Amino acid sequence: MSDWRERKLKERLKLPPQPMPEQLPEARVKNQGEVALGLTPEQAIAEAQRCLQCDKAKCIAGCPVGIDIPRFIAAIADGDFGAAAAAVREKNLLPAICGRVCPQEDQCQVVCAVTKALKSVEKSVSIGRLERFVADWERERGAIEIPALPPPTGRRVAVVGSGPAGLTVAGDLIRLGHAVTVFEALHRAGGVLIYGIPEFRLPKEIVQKEVDYLERLGVEFRYNWVVGKTVGLACLLDDGYDAIFLGTGAGLPNFLDVPGENLCGVYSANEYLTRTNLMRAFDYGIADTPLAQSRHVAVVGGGNVAMDGARMARRVGAESVTIVYRRSEKEMPARLEEVHHAKEEGIVFELLQNPTRILGDERGWVTGMEVQRMELGEPDASGRRRPVPIAGSERVLAVDTVIIAVGNQPNPLIAKTTPAIRTTRWGGIVVDPTTQRTSLKGVFAGGDVVLGAATVILAMGEGRRAAQAIHQYLEDEDWTGAPEPAALLEHAVQNA
Amino acid sequence: MHEILQKDLLAPRVTRYRVLAPEVARARRAGQFVIVRPRDDSERIPLTIADGDAETVTLVVQEVGKTTAVMADMEAGESLADVCGPLGEPTRIHQVGTVVVVGGGIGIAPAHPIAQAHKAAGNHVIAILGARSRDLLIMEEEMQRASHETVIMTDDGSYGEKGFVTTALKRLIDDGRQIAEVVAIGPAIMMKMVSQLTRDYGIPTLVSLNTIMIDGTGMCGGCRVTVGNKTRFVCVDGPEFDGHQVDFDLMMRRQAMYSEHERRAYEEYQRTHRCRLDARLEAARS
Repeated sequence: MSDWRERKLKERLKLPPQPMPEQLPEARVKNQGEVALGLTPEQAIAEAQRCLQCDKAKCIAGCPVGIDIPRFIAAIADGDFGAAAAAVREKNLLPAICGRVCPQEDQCQVVCAVTKALKSVEKSVSIGRLERFVADWERERGAIEIPALPPPTGRRVAVVGSGPAGLTVAGDLIRLGHAVTVFEALHRAGGVLIYGIPEFRLPKEIVQKEVDYLERLGVEFRYNWVVGKTVGLACLLDDGYDAIFLGTGAGLPNFLDVPGENLCGVYSANEYLTRTNLMRAFDYGIADTPLAQSRHVAVVGGGNVAMDGARMARRVGAESVTIVYRRSEKEMPARLEEVHHAKEEGIVFELLQNPTRILGDERGWVTGMEVQRMELGEPDASGRRRPVPIAGSERVLAVDTVIIAVGNQPNPLIAKTTPAIRTTRWGGIVVDPTTQRTSLKGVFAGGDVVLGAATVILAMGEGRRAAQAIHQYLEDEDWTGAPEPAALLEHAVQNA
Repeated sequence: MHEILQKDLLAPRVTRYRVLAPEVARARRAGQFVIVRPRDDSERIPLTIADGDAETVTLVVQEVGKTTAVMADMEAGESLADVCGPLGEPTRIHQVGTVVVVGGGIGIAPAHPIAQAHKAAGNHVIAILGARSRDLLIMEEEMQRASHETVIMTDDGSYGEKGFVTTALKRLIDDGRQIAEVVAIGPAIMMKMVSQLTRDYGIPTLVSLNTIMIDGTGMCGGCRVTVGNKTRFVCVDGPEFDGHQVDFDLMMRRQAMYSEHERRAYEEYQRTHRCRLDARLEAARS
C-alpha cells in the first residue's frame, strides 16, 4: 500500500477528490441524523493519497492548533489509521468535532498545495474529512487510549465554561499533572457544541464521548454552577484554586430592535436551537420542552447559526423556511457547504432584504414580517459593501415564526459580578494576546468571551495558548511582565 | 442531584419543598430564583426561592402543568435532577420607611424573603395577602412573622376580607398611610392592577416577573419583556422591575405561548402516569 509514495506529483494531482457520502435531502429533512455520513476506509485512503506531502507544508500553519497534517494523512494513506489518530491527537483534543465544524476552506485547505495547483479550494485535499474519519474510526473502535499522566503537581485550576475553549484548557492541563475542575452553568457539558450546533451537523453523542474522555483523564465536571452567581470568582481563588480560566463564550443574543420583536413566535436563534438541541424539543413527547409548531418560518441572518436555525425548522416540520439576509450571497458569513446544504433542503433565500417590523394578531402571535429591499453601497468597516435601503420597497412575508440569528455578544455575567476583570466597550474580556492573561492576577480567558462570536477551532487555539501560559504561571508564579493596560486595550480594539 | 428533605402540602395543588442545595443556599439573597429540572427529561423551569438556611432552599410550587405535576409526584428522599442558581438580581433593600408587600396566590412564597429582608432593614412592613379562598391561602403565619401588620383578602370572603388585594392597598392609601414602596408578587393580572393603582399615587412599585425561561443566564432571551419600551431579560436584568414600566399585556401573552402544548402534556401525564399510580396503589391496598 505504500507504493502511493512512488507516484509522481503530477499523477497525484490527477486523482479525483473523494465525494462525501451524504443523506439525500428529501430523506434527511425528516430526521435529525447527520447529513454527512463520513468517508469509507477505501475513500479515506484514496483521498489521503492525493496529498503531495510537501516538505514545507503550509497547511500546518493554517491550522489554529498546528496539527501535523502531512504526517497524519500519510498514515491514512498507508492504511495505519491508529497512527493517524495518534498524530492528530497530539495537537487536537477534539478531532471528531473539528473534523465536522472547522471552516477548513478558510484555514488548512485554502493554503493546501493541491488548492494552489488546481486553482480551486474545492479540489483541495479534504483535510477536515480525513480528520473526522480517523477520529470516528478511533471512537467507534473504542480505541481512544488514555495517555500516561505525570505525577500530580498539587496545583488546582478552575475552568469556567465547558465549551471548546474550556474543554481544551481542561484537557491540556490535566495532561500536565494539574487538577482541573470545570464549572458549567447548564446541566450538560459542551457549551455551544451541545446547545447550539444541531445534531445533524454534530451528533451530541460525539461531544459526550469527548467529555467522557476528559473525565477518564480525571477532569472533574460540576454542572449547574453559574460562576458569578452560585460562587464568585474571588471565592474560587480563595477556595484554593491556583488559577482560573474563563471560557464563558458569546451567549448573549443580539436582536434587531424592530417593532414586534417580542411577539409570540419570535425566537433568538439561541433559544430556538437550545430548545431543539439541548432540550431535544424535536423529540416532544419524550422530552418535555415545547417548540412552536411553525408552518412558515423566516430566519434573519446569513451566518452558520442562521443556516442551523433554518435547517432545524425544516426538520421539525415547517412547510416553508426563508433566510432573510440584508446583503447578497457573496457577503454571507456562513460556510459554503452550509449554504449548499440549506438550498438542497429547500430553504428559500431572500437576499438584500432587511426586516423593518414584525406583525402580529390580536393574540400576540406573529403573522408576518415586513422587509425592505436593500442595495449594496460602498464598503464599510468590515470591508463588505454596506447595504442601503431602497425607499418604498417594503413588502410583507407571510410567516408565523421568526428566528433572529444576527450574532451574539460575550456573556456579561462574570464581568458584571467581577469589576476587576477589564472588558471592552462591547463586553469582551481584555487579555494579553500571548498569554491570555486578564487584568486580574491568576485569571486567564479565551474563546468567544475574548474574540466575540468566532469559531470552535479559534476558541480551541486560545484555550491551548492559555493552558500553556497557566502551566508556566503555576511553575514560576510570575505575574510580572503582564503588559500595560494600554497594550491590553490595543489588542482588544484590534479584535473588535 | 438535590435531595428533597421535606415536602408539605400547603393548599390543594400547592406544595412546599425543602431541597438540599448547599451552594445555592449559601449564595442566595431575597428576590432570587433557581432553575429546576425535576427529572432528566423534564423542562427547565424557574422557581423563586421562598426561604432557606445554610444547606437548603425552600421552593413553593403550584401544580399547573406536567413539569410541576412530575414534581408534585416526587416524595421526600427523592432527588431533583438539577437546581441551578441563585439567579437574577437580588431585591434592592434600603431603609425607606413603610413598605407594603403584596402577595397573591403562590406569589406569597417569593414575597416572603423580601418581607423578611425589609423588616430586617428596619422598614415597617405591611403584608397584604390575597387568595381565591381560605383553603388556597398559604404561609399566613410566616408572613405574619415577617411583617408588622398583615391584611388578608379572599375573592370569596371565606377568610379575612372579601375582595382583592387592591381593595386593601387602596384603603391604606386613602387612610393617609405614608407608603414609601410597594412590592407586588403574584399573578400577572394582580401585579398589573396593583401597578395601575400605585401609578396614580406615584408610589414606587416593584414587581417580580415569572416568565418562561430555559437557561436563566441571559443566553436564550425567551424571558424577554418590554419595560419602559425597552426589551429586558427577566433572568439577568430582573426578575424585579418597576411595575409602572412593565408591559403586562405583552408579558401575559408570552407566558401563554405554549398553553396548548402544556394543556395536552398535562392531560397526557394525568391519563397515563397518574392512572397507573392509582392502579398500583389500589393493587397494593387489596
